[in-house]
Parts: sequence; C-alpha cells; structure tokens
Amino acid sequence: MEIPYTISTRPDTGLWNAKIGIWLFLASEVMLFGGLFSAYVFLRLDAQPGEWPHGLLNVPIGTMNTAILILSSVTVVLAWAALKMRRYNAYWWYMLATILCGVIFLFVKLYFEWPQKFSHYGVFLKPEAREKYEQYLGNHRREEKGLESRIEITGHLENHEALTDPNIKEYEIAMDPVNANPDSPAMDRPHFIPLPATDKVAKIEKEDVERISSFGPWHSAYFASYFTITGLHGAHVLGGVLVFLYMWLPVSKKVYQRNPEHLANRVEVSGLFWHFVDLVWIFVFPLFYLL
Amino acid sequence: MNNPPDVAQDPKEYEEYAHGIRKHVRGYLLVGAILLTFTAVTVALSYVNFGTQKANIGIAMLVATIKAACVAAVFMHLAAEKRLIYRVLIFTGFFVLGLFWLTFLAWYNPIVR
Repeated sequence: MEIPYTISTRPDTGLWNAKIGIWLFLASEVMLFGGLFSAYVFLRLDAQPGEWPHGLLNVPIGTMNTAILILSSVTVVLAWAALKMRRYNAYWWYMLATILCGVIFLFVKLYFEWPQKFSHYGVFLKPEAREKYEQYLGNHRREEKGLESRIEITGHLENHEALTDPNIKEYEIAMDPVNANPDSPAMDRPHFIPLPATDKVAKIEKEDVERISSFGPWHSAYFASYFTITGLHGAHVLGGVLVFLYMWLPVSKKVYQRNPEHLANRVEVSGLFWHFVDLVWIFVFPLFYLL
Repeated sequence: MNNPPDVAQDPKEYEEYAHGIRKHVRGYLLVGAILLTFTAVTVALSYVNFGTQKANIGIAMLVATIKAACVAAVFMHLAAEKRLIYRVLIFTGFFVLGLFWLTFLAWYNPIVR
C-alpha cells in the first residue's frame, strides 16, 4: 500500500504529511533545547561572583565551526533547489558538501575541542587560602578596579600522580597566562586567540585546595551545561549527517528516477531539521564561547 | 520572500519555472553571506565593553535573534508558509515562553532565596 500525501498535498491542510510531521517534531525539539537553555539561564544567574568562567573555550575554532554550519545550511537549501530544477548532478555535489561540513564540524568537536578540555585543570582555592596565592590571582588589583575575584588557578597539571597519591602534598600546575601574569590589564578580558599555558609552575599545597578538576562536565555548572548542550547538539548533527548520507547514496537516485518531487520533499524535511540544528548553534556559540 | 513555486509539469513552462528558482537561489546565497557577516559582528561585539555584562549579553542575543530570524524566514521558508504550521509554532512559542517564565519564577522565589 502506498503512503498517501508524500508528494501531493492534503486538501484540508494544504501540506504533504511529512512537512507537518517535521514541524511537529521541531516543536518538540524547541521544548527540549528550551529546557536546557532555561537550565543554563538559571545556573548562570545562580553563580556566585567569579564562579562563571570566561575565555575557556577556543573562539577562533568556535567561529570556524559556526561558519561551517552556516555554509552547510546554504548548501542543503541549494541541494533542494537543484532537485526542484531537476539538476541531479548539482544536487549530488551540494549534498556531498553538506555532509562534509557536518563531518568537519563533528571532527573538530570530538577530536580537537573536547579532548583538550580533559587535559586542562583548574584548582579551586579555599577562601582563606586565596591571599597566600595572590601572586597568581591578582585579586587586590581586580578589587580596586571593581572586577570579580579569581577563585581558581588553571593550567596543565604537571604531577598527575598527586591526584591519587596522598604522600604528595602539593599540585604542580604549569599556569595559563591569566594566572602567570595576573596583574596585566590584558588578562582582564578573554583573548580572541587563546594563549597557551606558560612554563611558569605554581606549587599549590593540597590543604589549600577546595577542589581540583579537569575541564570536564564535573568542573562547574558552566562546563556541565556546555557538554550537555553541545553534546546533544552534536548528536543532532550526527543524525542529520546520517540522513543526508542516505539521500546522497545511489539508493536515493532510484527515488529520484521514480518521482523527483518525492526526493525533493525528503530533502526539504531533512533540510528543515538541519536548519533547526544551525539555529540552535546560533545561540550556543555566543552564550558559551563569547559571553 | 515567497517560497519557490511548484515545479511546472509542462516542459514549455519549465524555463520560466527554473528562472523563478534561480532568483530564490540568489536570495539563499545572500542570506548565507549575511549570516557569516553577522557571525563576525557577534565575535567583534563580544570584545567591546558595553558597560555591564548584561548589556553585552543583551546585544549578543539581539544579533543571534536576527540571524535566527533569517534562517527561519528564508532557509526554513517561514516567511510564506501554510497557516497550520504557524499555528503549531504559536503553540510552541507559548509553551517555551512558559518554560522560561517558570525559570524566572524560580529565581525570584522568596521562600528559598
């Protein structure tokens, strides 16, 4: 039995069925991401001064990934327009470009951005011990300028064994420039090009440490929401790429040969999903990378 | 921007139809360029101090909303869609605003704060 209204429109709605289906699905997606963004707003409002990190993500990489997603939104709509003009070869190339954009986006996220975070550490100091490490925090100057106090020293952990060995009494951190040179006005704002960790090592006694953590989801509410939202978003990108891959493979050419409008409609609904994924990223990028 | 018309069944009308689609393609490319430009603007504005963090967030969200509106109106064809889809989206908007309203209420709850 043939499924009705996959190509022609229903007389009562004026739409073919998959189009209503995808919009209902996107409505549920709005609620899903809306709930997570709502949690983000709540966590951010609830953060104490100095607790919400800034400048911990790589802005050029995030900007590049944003541009890649925008580019893929353009190529997918061009793929659809090519099908509407019955230019299958052009469709094939535009769809390939879309798939590649999605793969590059995921590759950058999974093999570059995320792993870097797990090898970077933050040491949260006990409030009473912060004065002792003033040379790395620069809070006297920040207080005079009305800026939030720093509560954490970040960088690369040199002695990983200190995490498990109770006989080692201090952590050795090759500090980020923000702690290596805390009184520099240049460190008051995050840098566009991230500065690498310095070779200046801070020795921090364990008894002065409230908590030490890599930049994983357990580090802070910021990273918890970052990994949750970008992880869910990444899963959507993967889903979109798999659907596009199916539509790019020869199996879909048979659909085209049977009825080109059928494939065009399929590309339109999957394209609507892809644009939604792009739309979510448009908000994720400034909220996590820039603000 | 209206949606491209349905494909012409009559081969004689095809060239006119394809011309109509090509006009829309130019629109898609233009919106893509606008989105890339606005991405650069968002990054640049984040390094400008607008006085308070709230002001910086507000301006960045305004730019993001303009970008999102471009994607929704042109790429997702919401500028000219059927009434049923608008109805679905009105309900969605209502409920998502309700969700953020709950967050607002929780933040100003005098009992726990």
